[in-house]
Amino acid sequence: MRRRNQRLIMIAAAGAVLVLAMGLTFMGLRDSVTFFVAPSELAAKAKPGRLLRLGGLVVDGTLARADDGVMQFEVTDGATSVLVRYDGLLPDLFREGQGVVAEGRWAPGEPFVAERVLARHDETYMPREVAEALKQRGEWKGSAPP
Amino acid sequence: MIAEIGAFCAALALALSLAQGVLGLRTRGRETRAAAAAASAQAAAALCLIAMACLIVVFVRSDFSVSTVVAHSHIDKPLIYKIAGAWGNHEGSMLLWCAVSALFGAMFAGMRGAQSLGLWSKALGVQGFVTAGALIYTIVLSNPFARLDPAPLQGLGLNPLLQDPALAAHPPMLYLGYVGLSIPFSLAIAALLEGRADQAWAKALRPWTLIAWTCLTFGIGLGAYWAYYELGWGGWWFWDPVENASFMPWLIACALIHSAIVTERRGSLASWTILLSILGFGFALLGTFLVRSGVLTSVHAFAVDPSRGIAVLVLLAIALGIGFGLYAMRAHKLSQPAGFAAVSRESMLVWNNFGLAVAAGVVLIGTLYPLLVEAMGGGLISVGPPFFNLTVVPVLGALLLLLPLGPMLTWRVGDARAALKQLAPAIALALITVIVALWLSNWRVMPAIGLGVGVWLVAGGLIYLWTRMQRGEGRALAKLALLPLAVWSMSVAHIGAGVLTIGAIGETAFRSERGIAMVPGESVDFAGRRISLMDVGQVEGPNYAATRATFRVDETGRSASLVAERRLYPTSGMPTTEVGILGALDGDLYVALGEPVRDAPGAWTVRLYHNPVVQLIFLGALMMALGGALSLLTLMRRAKAAA
Repeated sequence: MRRRNQRLIMIAAAGAVLVLAMGLTFMGLRDSVTFFVAPSELAAKAKPGRLLRLGGLVVDGTLARADDGVMQFEVTDGATSVLVRYDGLLPDLFREGQGVVAEGRWAPGEPFVAERVLARHDETYMPREVAEALKQRGEWKGSAPP
Repeated sequence: MIAEIGAFCAALALALSLAQGVLGLRTRGRETRAAAAAASAQAAAALCLIAMACLIVVFVRSDFSVSTVVAHSHIDKPLIYKIAGAWGNHEGSMLLWCAVSALFGAMFAGMRGAQSLGLWSKALGVQGFVTAGALIYTIVLSNPFARLDPAPLQGLGLNPLLQDPALAAHPPMLYLGYVGLSIPFSLAIAALLEGRADQAWAKALRPWTLIAWTCLTFGIGLGAYWAYYELGWGGWWFWDPVENASFMPWLIACALIHSAIVTERRGSLASWTILLSILGFGFALLGTFLVRSGVLTSVHAFAVDPSRGIAVLVLLAIALGIGFGLYAMRAHKLSQPAGFAAVSRESMLVWNNFGLAVAAGVVLIGTLYPLLVEAMGGGLISVGPPFFNLTVVPVLGALLLLLPLGPMLTWRVGDARAALKQLAPAIALALITVIVALWLSNWRVMPAIGLGVGVWLVAGGLIYLWTRMQRGEGRALAKLALLPLAVWSMSVAHIGAGVLTIGAIGETAFRSERGIAMVPGESVDFAGRRISLMDVGQVEGPNYAATRATFRVDETGRSASLVAERRLYPTSGMPTTEVGILGALDGDLYVALGEPVRDAPGAWTVRLYHNPVVQLIFLGALMMALGGALSLLTLMRRAKAAA
């Protein structure tokens, strides 16, 4: 009887931990997942406070430093372009006219506020979303992995 | 010519491993057949090593008639990276996989010990088929010796990010770990075929699990260290799918090390140990698949050809199908559970296993979820640090909270109250840490709890050492020296886990970061230091050109100089960042040089990071690997004493 009790305690505790872990997992998959969007999908997919990855091409001639010292540039998917503001150093391979992914938040009527900016890494490696954005625009060239 | 010798050796090794597989699985009790299987294993290993050596020679001689060399090497590359280039690509790394698998098979063939003929020869046979599967894949789908006609005069060069000493050693270490899990898998299948998994079986299992886990720990630690100083982002772990691919087998191997102890010492948990052995190898194969298939695009994904990914998936399905199928049919015949109480050494190890397995499951879900969503047409998503910090960290944290209790409890029935009493100083110290951290960090609860857990682990490990010392006689130092190696290995690994926890929490929660534009001669105050940009100039390296910035760092009472570079490798046209790191007691000052500022002539962007206690992360990982190595030494000594 005693042994059975002890076994029951262990199984109950294990079950509780498992339920907790599953709960956390579902919560995480609901709230902590980052969606990838193109500029023209922004209005449809953005929710207040949700972290998004905005992918597209940096529009030529739009990179500038705003009056408050924050870097800003426009990202386009060919249909729509969005102003992105980023308070930090742009990555080494950030170029106008090339693919970029900005991770951050957006609210209607305001610029996209980036917390992180990812650019192409080298000839063969680029963030997957950049490649996807280029493909969607029909600008994909080369045989590098998608 | 050398390339052909390599290809021929690989083909010959395939024939021999198939022979090893058939002979090993069908000994019918005859020693001669088992001996033939063992001899085949050793010959296959020798041939695989010759093939690997041929590939290295081809790389060192820059033989550009071999297509792998063209794609991944260059005449100007320093020798060490020509050698490392042999496994720094998809084809070569698969050959390395085969070579390690064959090598472990040969070592297993030479170390029969007290294992019964049936178990030993069957495990040898399964291992033969594992090697054969890997060789078929390599020869048919990714032949590293394929010729190119006409041969170009120059190669394309190795990705400059990978031209680094830590990264030269990183893939072989990880492969030793991944493939090291194939022997536990083979032993598990053999046990299921024989219908027997006794204490001698667990004893045979333990060293292989330890080798795999130690190499994985060391390899992952090296990778994290490389990411820290080479990528120039100040981070060391990004929950990147490729990192997760190595973390999952690590978690399972860690669980397996502990459950195998229970099976060896007490005979219980045998079927769970078998399940973990199958799962561990499954995760190792899954890791290979994720990294090599190009499903995830990253620096690691070499293979572009989808047929390769499908082939790895087929191999994975075969291994897991056979493993789980046999398990479902045979496992119930094995279980001979020796009882234990809810509070005992065994129960603590069960909790350890449970926590690690749940963590591995959560990591698996987070890693595969984006692939699943994309396959179902749900668009592109990414599951990153926020998810894993929310899920994996609490699970592992709860597990670590229990850890110091385990060693303090006895087998079968433990006395929790006595153990907690002995651990009281550690509890007090941990609580003080939490309170002080709360106070100093302006009430940031999670980091304070994390630091408390780390201190609890370190102090608990020290108290365990102390209680074991009390059993000895003589002076304190003599008692310390006389402690069994097994006590040391466990304590070093567990304290290492605590050190790693303190480092990881401290660095993540309290790092500071700043990006500024600097002109030579300008100074900035950062993290209690004054940092001055002295000079920016050009230097030439062996196969790159670099912009080098020299900084002076003044703190109260001392000053030092620091160099950060941006390198451009003309062969790939790709810039890399060589950060300058200045270590101090409170952590690293980490300086990365950016690009010239667009609208300010003469100015450079500079990223400054202060990473507190970051060294403890790598020290902790090293201690854990050292603990694994010491434990392996213990087992080897015991085996020698028994022989």
